[in-house]
Order: sequence, then C-alpha cells, then structure tokens
Amino acid sequence: MSDFTSGFWSAYVAVITVVSILACAVLLWMNSRAATATGEVKPHVWDETLQEYNHPLPRWWMGLFWITIVFALVFLALYPGLGSNRGMFGWTEVNQYEEEIAQAKAKYDPIFNKFLQQDVKAVAANSEARQMGERLFLTYCAQCHGSDARGAKGFPNLANDDWQWGGEPAPIEQTIAEGRMGVMPPHVQLGAEAIKDLANYVRSLSGLPGDSLRAERGKQSFQTAGCIACHGPEAKGNFAMGAPNLTDKVWLYGSSEQTIIETITKGRQNRMPAHKEFLGDAKVHLLAAYVYGLSHGAAN
Amino acid sequence: MQSQETYNYKVVRQFAVMTVVWGIVGMLVGVIIAAQLVWPQLNVAEWLHFGRLRPLHTNAVIFAFGGCALFATSYFSVQRTCHTRLFAPGLAAFTFWGWQLIIVLAAVSLPLGLTTGKEYAELEWPIDLLITVVWVSYAVVFFGTIAMRKVSHIYVSNWFFGGMILAIALLHLVNSAEIPVSLTKSYPVYAGVQDAMVQWWYGHNAVGFFLTAGFLGIMYYFVPKQAERPIYSYRLSVVHFWALIFTYMWAGPHHLHYTALPDWTQSIGMAFSLVLLAPSWGGMINGIMTLSGAWHKLRDDPILKFLITSLSFYGMSTFEGPMMSIKTVNSLSHYTDWTVGHVHSGALGWVAMVSIGAVYYMLPRLFGEKQMYSVRLITVHFWVATIGVVLYIAALWISGVMQGLMWRATNPDGTLTYTFVESVKASYPFWTIRLVGGLMFLGGMLIMFYNMVKTIAGKPAYDAPVVAPAAHAA
Repeated sequence: MSDFTSGFWSAYVAVITVVSILACAVLLWMNSRAATATGEVKPHVWDETLQEYNHPLPRWWMGLFWITIVFALVFLALYPGLGSNRGMFGWTEVNQYEEEIAQAKAKYDPIFNKFLQQDVKAVAANSEARQMGERLFLTYCAQCHGSDARGAKGFPNLANDDWQWGGEPAPIEQTIAEGRMGVMPPHVQLGAEAIKDLANYVRSLSGLPGDSLRAERGKQSFQTAGCIACHGPEAKGNFAMGAPNLTDKVWLYGSSEQTIIETITKGRQNRMPAHKEFLGDAKVHLLAAYVYGLSHGAAN
Repeated sequence: MQSQETYNYKVVRQFAVMTVVWGIVGMLVGVIIAAQLVWPQLNVAEWLHFGRLRPLHTNAVIFAFGGCALFATSYFSVQRTCHTRLFAPGLAAFTFWGWQLIIVLAAVSLPLGLTTGKEYAELEWPIDLLITVVWVSYAVVFFGTIAMRKVSHIYVSNWFFGGMILAIALLHLVNSAEIPVSLTKSYPVYAGVQDAMVQWWYGHNAVGFFLTAGFLGIMYYFVPKQAERPIYSYRLSVVHFWALIFTYMWAGPHHLHYTALPDWTQSIGMAFSLVLLAPSWGGMINGIMTLSGAWHKLRDDPILKFLITSLSFYGMSTFEGPMMSIKTVNSLSHYTDWTVGHVHSGALGWVAMVSIGAVYYMLPRLFGEKQMYSVRLITVHFWVATIGVVLYIAALWISGVMQGLMWRATNPDGTLTYTFVESVKASYPFWTIRLVGGLMFLGGMLIMFYNMVKTIAGKPAYDAPVVAPAAHAA
C-alpha cells in the first residue's frame, strides 16, 4: 500500500530529496576550487582582534563529504526512500520482519511441536520441556506473576494449589490460551455498615480475628446480598465464575478489614490476557505444563 | 553630561551568573535520578519520582543552563562584534526575567506531573506561549543589534546564533501546536505517526540548532578570542554553516527507525544523517585548527583547555550520531543506555564544557577584572569535569552495548536467553559508575560557583566602552 495520496506527493518527495543532496554537492564543489581560498588573513577585523584566515577546505574533509553524498544517493537508489520508489533491493521493513519470522518458525517450531502431542502431565514431568517452559514463563509471564510465579497484589500466585479458574491441565491451558476476565461487582448499595459486617464475616471464614457480632450479622447478609451467586453458600468459590474460595488463607488483594471493605464496596476487575494468537498452541501447551508442574511437585 | 557609550553588560552578567546557578540545579537533578536508578527506593514521593524528575533534569540542563549560556554569550558577542550597544535594552531585560519565569514554571509544573508528554517539549501550553513571546523578543534584540552594526560584514558567530534563533522559533511553533482543554492540559494537533514525526523533527533539531548551532556560535567567538589567533578558514565556515543548518532539518526520522514511520521517511532520515557528518566536523576543524601555531597555550590556559576539549567531544559525538543513525547499528543501540551516553558526550563534553569556558572568559570582564579569582581552580574544575564525562560515557557505552546484546540473545530453541530484569541487574555496576561521573561533573560546577562568588563578590559591575571599528573594517 502506498504511503502517498497521489503520485504528485511521491514525485515531490523524490525531487526535493535528490535536489537537496545535489545542492550539498554543488555547495561543496563551488567552494572547493583553489581560487576561493588563498590562505591569507581576510582584511576584516571585529572586536579589536577577531580575524579569519582563508585556508582552503582540508582535502580529507572534502573527501569525507563526497563519500557521504555518494553514499546517500546510492543508498536511496537501493532502498525505499525516493517517494513511492521501492528501491532496487525491494527491501521493506515488513518484508524483513516476515522473513525473519518465517526462518524462526522453520527452525524452532519442530522443537516445540514435539511436545504438543503429549499430555500436559507428561510434559510437566519432562525436564527439557520444563526448562523451555521456564524460559517462556520468564519472558511472557514474569512481568505480572513474578520470576518465582508467586504473584503480587492482584496477580495470582501460581506456585500454590489455590486456583480461581481450576488447577487441572485443561483449565490452565484454557486460561493461558483464551485469557480470563475476573469481575467482582461493586456492592456500595449495601451501605457501609452491612459491608463492614460482611468483611468481618469473610475474615472469620479463614480464622482471622474480628468483631464476632458483626461477623454473625455478616453471615446473614452473605446469604441474602448476592454473594452466594458466585462464591457459593459455603463461600468456597466457583471455578466456572473465577470466584475465589474465601475460606482459605490465600488473598488476591489482601486480607485486612480495610482491603476487604474496599473489595466489596468498589468491586474488582481483573484480566489475564489471551496468548493463543500471539504464542501459538505449542508454546501455550508448554507453559500450561510448566505452570501445572509448579504446584504438582514436578519442579523441585 | 556626555559620557562614552558602553556595552550593555547588565543582561549578560545576569544570564552568566544564572548559567552557573541553573547548571548546578539541573545537574543536581541529574545526579538524583542517576542515584534513583542505582537505589530505586529513592523514589520517595510522586513529585520526586524518576518519571517526573527526568523531564525536569532535561529541561533544566538544556533550556535553563544551556539557554542562559546562549543568551549570555550571544548578547556579549553580538554587541562586541557589531561594535554597538545591544538593541532595545528594555526588551533584553524582559528576555532575562521572562526566561527565568519560564524556568521556574517548569520547575513547578513538571514535578506536579503537568506535561504534554512530548520529549524536550513537555511544558504545557501557557508556558509555550510565554516561550514564544520571550523568544520573539530575543530575536528582535539580536537581529536589531545586527541591523545597527557599525561594520559591514557580519561575524561568523552571529550566523550561527542567528540561525539558531530562527530555527528554534520555527521548531517551537510547529511542534507545540496544541489544543488546550484546560489551563494545565492540552493535546497536540497531530495524531499518531505524524505526531511522532513532528516531535522528532523538533527533537533532533533542538539538538541541531539549540545545542549545536548555538554553541558553535559560542565557539566561533570565544576560541579565537582566548587563543588570540585568527579563525582557521573563512571558506570552511561558509560551507559547513550552510551545509549544517540545511542538512540537520532532514535527520529527525532516525529517531523512529523500525517503527510505524514509512520506510521512505526512515531511509531519507538515515541518508541525511550520514551527510551531516562532514558539515558537523567542519566546526570542529575550524575550532581546533585555529589553535595551530599556538598549541603551547593549551599547557597552562585552563579556559582554552575547556574550549578545545569541548571540540574534541563535539567531534566524537557528531561521529557517533551518524553511525547510530545507520539502521543496523540503531537496531542494537536504540532504547539502550548507549543513546543516553551519546547524548551526554554531547551535553556534558561539548555543550557544558564550551559554555563553562565561555563563562570563565566573560565573568571577570563583566566586573572589570583581568581574570578569575583562581586560575588554579579552573584547572581543577577542568580535570574533575573531564574525568567525570569520560567515566559517564564509557560506563554507558558498556551498559548500552551489553543491554542491546542481552536483549537479542536467544537459546537454541529460540527463546530469549535473558529476561529484561536480568539486563537491568547487569546494568547496576555501570549505573553506579555513571553516578560517580555525574557527581564529579556536578562537583566541578560547585568549584566554579565558589570561584565565581570569589571573583565577583563586592566588585562593582563594569560596562566596557563600545570599541570603534578597525579603520579598514567599515
């Protein structure tokens, strides 16, 4: 696709570029003749002492200038530069990219594809695959989940056996391939008191200290305020909704009363990006095996 | 009462002193952000965060330190080489106070996070308008003085200052075209890759005109003055002046290699960047060769040491620049510390050192003295600063090339050998050396401040009488 809306602009760019380079050549040529520089001191004096010799241009410097002028003209004949002229080499940035990608695919795809036919658990047990998976993890996953896969606030720990979307090979692979959207809706309409009650109840589920009276009231509203729709009547969560288990000691955003109040009041939005288009099935498969292995004793 | 007319040195004195003051402030902020890279926990509050202090550093050293140096030296040399008092003294005073106000507004607004996000043009629209007014006033004072000159020929330093003033006006007006949405927020009128291209057309020419042409103007006045030798070649100055100001305008696209910028634009940018090598070197040759026959003066004149060393760094970084504009080199160097090192070999080695030399030349003369309070301290400043620059750029060459190589290294299966954070970890020793280099350069500026205070404290301001043109020069 041309970058130009009409042939005029292409010609305009080409002409003005060539003329400009030639103008440098003319400037240099006109001033390089010996008659223009005598080596004498010019007669003008400024500010008592400032004067100028008129030495000729140094030869080596002129040579350097000529080389760059010739290089510029040759370069623009070989590569795209003069308007829509594609250059004699037919090179483009996109071609170069596509060529390099094609070469890499031919060279590296077989290395990854050999694991695609194997079951995730088998791949997780293969030390070569685990090393490759780790390298992929450090490049594509560590930015959020950390180099040790232990996560951070808002980014799940992948090295324990607590799962939002399921810890079996298939859901892990699906999480990586398709991505996930985790949504906890805001519950500001419940009012500050009821939310504080709920927070105390949620903390009591994992044995954290709090106001037992509030926790008792919170237990009631947990059943009626809509929490059970995702987290379930026993608050053990639901893989299908990505709803976390509230009874364990793992907290995605933090377990303080204040943080839980914030979570209930404002809700949470979380997103794991999809990687299938970008990494391909084979690398997703390897990554799934690596992540599976982290919590299933394969990686020691 | 009829007294002999004197040069307007008042505005020169003001700008010269503020050059040293803003140099210390700008370089101190640089040292702080260099330390933040070594010790990230120094990012203590949002307005002291690296992301906000970094544009404060660049604006302070380029426009506050460099700008005051350009105003001081151009006002000093233009009246002396035109043999007339500065045109429109009221307007000249306005450029001083206006420029200081701009600097203070920048120092407040950037840490508050008010920014256009365009590199080296971060200041928001009200400050942009103020810059325009001050810059036009500067042009009126400068070209007015040229028009009033008592000699027919215009001295070469004035070509460069004049070219710089016109080009910066053009660059600022085009790149800062923006639509305000509130007093503190605006959006550029350009979008997407066109915005990027306009930004780097501006960015590269800010280097080409503000930091190169302007400072070549300083070189052309102060090197022959301090060396007491004629300029080497008038012919060379003509050729390299026109070639430099013409070619620089084309080189901006090399900042956008391998991006969404069309291939043809990238190629043209690279071709002209290479053509720029010889015109850039013309200035270095003319400066250094001016010393031929007087090389012995370098031995015990530290001001000349500053001026000539600055030309060496200028020659080195204007060689490095065209090399880095070659696409294959750029694919390694871009986004690494190499770029930062390259900028500092120009900014510290060339811009700062030539300014320091010029300020040391002017300061005593602005107070009726023969020389600085301590010439020995100038020598100390020279060595501290030179070693500082060398440490700085050598450290970032190594870390830059190392980062580029680490980022592209792959394993036999095609995965990356190093994660990004490993390249960060490997850079720490070099960032520490860079911090030491920066501290030394800042230390040199503090020595200069002490020397300046000792030179001018208690001394009456002095305005030299206007010199009549030489008989055969008119």
